[in-house]
Amino acid sequence: MRRMIRHGGIIEDHWLHVADDDALPEGDVIVTEARWHAERETLLARDGCIGVRIHGDTDLSALAPDLDSLAVIALEFPAFKDGRCLSQARLLRERFGYSGELRAVGDVLRDQLAYMARVGIDAFEVRADRSLEDALRAFEEFSGHYQLNPVGRSPRELRRERAAPARTAAAS
Amino acid sequence: MYRYDSFDQTLVDERVAQFRDQTRRYLAGELTDDEFRPLRLMNGLYIQRHAPMLRVSIPYGLLSSEQMRMLAHIARTYDRGYGHFTTRQNIQYNWPALESVPDILADLARVEMHAIQTSGNCIRNITSDHLAGVAADELTDPRPYCELIRQWATLHPEFSYLPRKFKIAVSASESDRAAIRVHDIGLQVVHDDDGRFGFRVFVGGGLGRTPVVGECIREFLPEEDLLSYLEAILRVYNLNGRRDNIHKARIKILVRAMGAEAFGQRVEAEWQHLRGDPRLTLAPEDVAYMQGFFQAPPYDSTADGRALKEHLDGDPAFTRWYRHNTVDHRQPGYRAVFLSLKAPAVAPGDLTDAQMDAVAALAERYGFGEIRVTHTQNLILPDVRQDALHALWQELRELNLATPNVGTMTDMICCPGLDFCSLANAGSIDVARDINERFDNLDDLYDLGDIRLNMSGCMNACGHHHVGHIGILGVDKKGEEFYQITVGGSSSNDAGMGERIGPAVAKDRVADTLESILHTFVAHREGDEPLIDTYRRIGVKPFKEAAYA
Repeated sequence: MRRMIRHGGIIEDHWLHVADDDALPEGDVIVTEARWHAERETLLARDGCIGVRIHGDTDLSALAPDLDSLAVIALEFPAFKDGRCLSQARLLRERFGYSGELRAVGDVLRDQLAYMARVGIDAFEVRADRSLEDALRAFEEFSGHYQLNPVGRSPRELRRERAAPARTAAAS
Repeated sequence: MYRYDSFDQTLVDERVAQFRDQTRRYLAGELTDDEFRPLRLMNGLYIQRHAPMLRVSIPYGLLSSEQMRMLAHIARTYDRGYGHFTTRQNIQYNWPALESVPDILADLARVEMHAIQTSGNCIRNITSDHLAGVAADELTDPRPYCELIRQWATLHPEFSYLPRKFKIAVSASESDRAAIRVHDIGLQVVHDDDGRFGFRVFVGGGLGRTPVVGECIREFLPEEDLLSYLEAILRVYNLNGRRDNIHKARIKILVRAMGAEAFGQRVEAEWQHLRGDPRLTLAPEDVAYMQGFFQAPPYDSTADGRALKEHLDGDPAFTRWYRHNTVDHRQPGYRAVFLSLKAPAVAPGDLTDAQMDAVAALAERYGFGEIRVTHTQNLILPDVRQDALHALWQELRELNLATPNVGTMTDMICCPGLDFCSLANAGSIDVARDINERFDNLDDLYDLGDIRLNMSGCMNACGHHHVGHIGILGVDKKGEEFYQITVGGSSSNDAGMGERIGPAVAKDRVADTLESILHTFVAHREGDEPLIDTYRRIGVKPFKEAAYA
């Protein structure tokens, strides 16, 4: 089984990535977007959960009606420098309200993990030649952020909150 | 000026620790060159011809004396005793050792500075009007907006791996001194009929290989929606900008491929989802909080120009400097003073550590401890009493910072060129020296009026050659340095690209060619009109014919 990072810890992962021309195995599988659209009914009828693998050019609105059926959406990073799926992740979380697992796959390296986490990605298939223990340190590097802060509110929000009681007091 | 709170300071300190660890892992072989590259670039570090080059961020060109002293300390301790101010109002050091960069960043953090996002495919330093807060033609101070944008853009998780670099400029005056129409996003502060502030939004401007003037996609964006709209533009770009060809990856290529109108519609559609998001909506108190950092200093309302008048009457050299290197101030009794970094025989934009220390002290004695960097690679002391100008001028002369050439042809914008930059095709600093030697008569220069001469050592256009009234571009012709010369560019409100006057010329012919351009200009000039107006009247042909006669 694959070791990977999920919700800030190292876990054993049982999901299987299935190529388009492979026979469907037993268990929980992640298929391509093309296969999902082509074999949707078959995939839904079998035992086991379904994940779909998408990329930077995927039209999310075509996937939107199916989001409740998908336990995992795998976001493909063809190169660690390709940031399109950072937008896709935010869109899935914020616009389409997707609450299942968002999993980064492909060229997934330590120094991009914190950015990925802040746009809503919660599972990371770190590249197999890299240390997961080392990668976990990526989440400890910053104690706050100006925007999309996973460990609290942004400075602007905090300032407003500090100002609010003062305003209330002044009014009374 | 903006001062860090504990949150800002912690973030910058943590960024230093992060980069220290990344550098350690790189040197230990845990990160490949390819993997380390974007990490170091997003901390300002290039690998250059001779050594790494470190670009330090100076948000919207604003420095305190304390910060300037730190820049001097860095030049002295880690470099060869000087630094180079750039067209993004930043400073570059050309000789730091890779291993010492984390220490440099730690020193910078002690004075609320950093090198975050000064390079790489991310949102770069926000630039603005170098006369912000003191200009008479200003609608409001643009810097509070710049700081709000700077914080929004800093380590933005969605927009740190864009297709290509991304530059934003903000102007709030009638006369655009921030070149907003040659930026990826240019924001012009305007107000609507009810007097509420907002922005006219330009996108897709830029120089480089494919120079383009930005197009307006929104006439009025309400102030509160600034960040949500920026986010919409950046998202459309991040998802749709080309990633297959580095030369076609800027937003201008996308805007041109889609058409500005269609691009604007995409942005508006995206924005409908983001508009009103409380995390992105600016409350009046958010803006007021930032405005609090940019209040006018305690001016002396009794300052007046009587002593100045005496000096102007009695000292022609001072008068020349006063006329060219100082400008009007909104506070009566004060002037803003340009420090020319374009002395003959000095690389344009360079300043030594000793000069930096001296400028820091002058900023305290002749102002309120504040210094500006201009995108034309000069410095400004923004708040000088008129009755102190003569004394300041004498001190600046001692420092070789009083060359009275601001706005003239020898006040060149110039990139580091082949001498330092690994991208350059041709030298620029030695050409600048040739030009200075040829055109060393100040009275002649004054007669020629305002001429913006911009020079780049390659088509990446760091010296903004396209938008110079005269532009010089270094090109490589079979291993030899040649120079393509243009006339008629502008980065101001009437932004446009210059036209070539003919084939590129050899290095020793550049000064001759400029001389020919100036002769043509003078022969066709009407009254005191500037070169750019003459060009617009007569076109490129007479310049062409004269230069290659």
